[in-house]
Amino acid sequence: MKKVLTGNYAVAEAVKMARTEFIAAYPITPQTTIVERLAEMVEKGELNADFVRVESEHSALAAVYGASAGGLRAFTATSSHGLLYMYEMCWWVANSRLPVVMALVTRTIGPPWNIHTDHTDLLTLRDSGWILAMSENAQEAFDLTLIGFKVAEQIDLPFAVGLDGFQVSHTAEVVDVPEQSEVDEFLPERRRNKPFVIEPRNPITVGGLTTNECTMILRREMNRDMEKVGDLVKNAGYVRDYDLVERYRLDDAEYVVIMMGAWCGDAKDAIDVLRDEGVQIGMLRLRFVRPFPAEEIAKLDCKKILVVERDCSVGKGGIIATEVKSVANSPVQSVMAGLGGVDVGVDDFVSMFRRFVKGELGEWWL
Amino acid sequence: MVVVKIKDLPKEKFLLPGNTSCQGCPHALGLKSLGMALGDDVVLVVPAGCTTIIAGSKDKSSFKFPCLHVPFASAPAVATGLGSAFRRLGKKGIPVVWMGDGGSDIGFATLSGACVRKDDMIVIVSDNEAYMNTGIQTSGTTFWKARTTTSPTGKREEKKDLALIMLMHKADYVATASVGYLQDFIGKLRKASEIDGFRFIHLHSPCPPGWGFDSSETVEMARLAVKCGAWILWEFDGKFRISPMSKPYADKSKRAPLTEYLKKQRRFRHLSDEDIAEIERRIDEQWRVVLALEDVF
Ligand SMILES: Cc1ncc(C[n+]2csc(CCOP(=O)(O)OP(=O)(O)O)c2C)c(N)n1
Ligand code: SF4
Ligand SMILES: [Mg+2]
Repeated sequence: MKKVLTGNYAVAEAVKMARTEFIAAYPITPQTTIVERLAEMVEKGELNADFVRVESEHSALAAVYGASAGGLRAFTATSSHGLLYMYEMCWWVANSRLPVVMALVTRTIGPPWNIHTDHTDLLTLRDSGWILAMSENAQEAFDLTLIGFKVAEQIDLPFAVGLDGFQVSHTAEVVDVPEQSEVDEFLPERRRNKPFVIEPRNPITVGGLTTNECTMILRREMNRDMEKVGDLVKNAGYVRDYDLVERYRLDDAEYVVIMMGAWCGDAKDAIDVLRDEGVQIGMLRLRFVRPFPAEEIAKLDCKKILVVERDCSVGKGGIIATEVKSVANSPVQSVMAGLGGVDVGVDDFVSMFRRFVKGELGEWWL
Repeated sequence: MVVVKIKDLPKEKFLLPGNTSCQGCPHALGLKSLGMALGDDVVLVVPAGCTTIIAGSKDKSSFKFPCLHVPFASAPAVATGLGSAFRRLGKKGIPVVWMGDGGSDIGFATLSGACVRKDDMIVIVSDNEAYMNTGIQTSGTTFWKARTTTSPTGKREEKKDLALIMLMHKADYVATASVGYLQDFIGKLRKASEIDGFRFIHLHSPCPPGWGFDSSETVEMARLAVKCGAWILWEFDGKFRISPMSKPYADKSKRAPLTEYLKKQRRFRHLSDEDIAEIERRIDEQWRVVLALEDVF
């Protein structure tokens, strides 16, 4: 069924259709409307979940952690400062291997205060052990939330669904929503004792002291299992097929742009303009940052690659570009743009890509 | 008040012998009592602190309780989630947060939030009046003038009164307790277990290495704190009552000499006579507050 939904409402709808049992979240723009919508669904009885109005993001993920450890399907959502405030819990959840799903509505980290999108917040989760997806539009935000529960519960790693603040979160689009019966078939009830369950009269201890080797084995296993996520996504059996990347006009591309998130729509329009001018250019859009689509990038056979990203690792530059360079077999150029929500539209991309092709592009687009 | 007879207490051990607590550890006394009081209804949530160590390492767990270890500032929120899981999945049990005074500093917002929401749990703060696990640093509940490694000349600020704070938070049940009076503690735990919602017990836990007294004297030290009036046992279950062990000491003339309590502890060795007089004044003030509360509630 087709519904008109903002990105945030699409996420809330997916959380409802996943029959999520426990939700805890704290308001922060531009994430707030997800939890408002979920609170409304719970109050109206459309969703049979416990909704906890926690006093902070740290507690939001702590409560979700407890619920998930107790066997429930649990969800939270946040942005930027909220993510940083819950950061300790993010690692705790990952190393506990609990299949929590979180929506991360990307927003700049202050100061100065800035509620607009960039991808720095999402990338602070890069090394933690969360599966990191980044959607391009409301449809993907919806689909990836459902796929998130499925894959997280299969592989015992938490799953974060990124969506750009305002550009996706607050923009209404037509979303193709499957039938509840289709979702139920795709996503059965959580196996409650996996990876473990904390319950009365079952005297196990989880998370306490252990040998140093145990920690190392844990991280090694997480790294190994993360590598299986690509196949799980591809074979998820969802109503639409998904992959770690999207390939746009790539087949004969001599020039390849690598990006992620909402602005890829504008960038694709720019690619069409250059194509009309006879430039063989295409896009590899990252739908996932973790696992990193290394194989897909290594396979690119082109003259050169441009990574456009809205983040900066101060002292090293573009985070994604650094990673792309480590696996690509063609020269890679990095450009940082759109940080702090600075607008980059179709015209910008057209001139950016032209300069890239000519070899006249600098590292910062401002 | 629930009367607890020692001969009726269950023999089953929930804190196992051979655990890694120090000799004379107050947490160990408290955890043993928790097992006797509530047995296998307990699901422990333990944030960072000495109890992290006491719980054991790798496959050598010291607990017969199920136990989830959690970050320092997170425990009541985790218990909220666990409680929800037990209720939804029809499992009978109580999430019990067992944390130190440090946990109630760094996790204060979390404690407040869970209490305000009246989430279903029992929170026990085992208060040894410092961050012991990291090497005796000052906490919010460290006694005025006590020496710690971060207050080498003695703490300058007042001890925070956590139990009264939780009372004002409208917790469903609040009590103070002491490892010197374990039957009283067990009785309060059982009372708490019969009440729904957010239940809070502030347990006074003298720590031999942290305070500087002999490890054979934990119980004696805890009792002295009550007898000199410095630690007042009370309970609120809708009605505020001073507990029988503390009741006599409302009358100042019945109290043990304060110096007896203070001088036994290395952390107070440096106190002057004026300091002791000031502590006495503050104890009197605390009694006025508690007695007034008995009238009001
Ligand atoms: C966020 C964070 N900060 C600091 C620490 C280090 N730390 C571990 S235990 C502890 C003190 C615990 O004190 P308390 O809660 O009073 O328990 P006790 O050790 O006295 O039983 C500290 C500071 C930590 N684990 N996490
Ligand atoms: S330092 Fe004190 S509280 Fe900590 S284990 Fe030793 S005796 Fe127990
Ligand atoms: Mg302490």
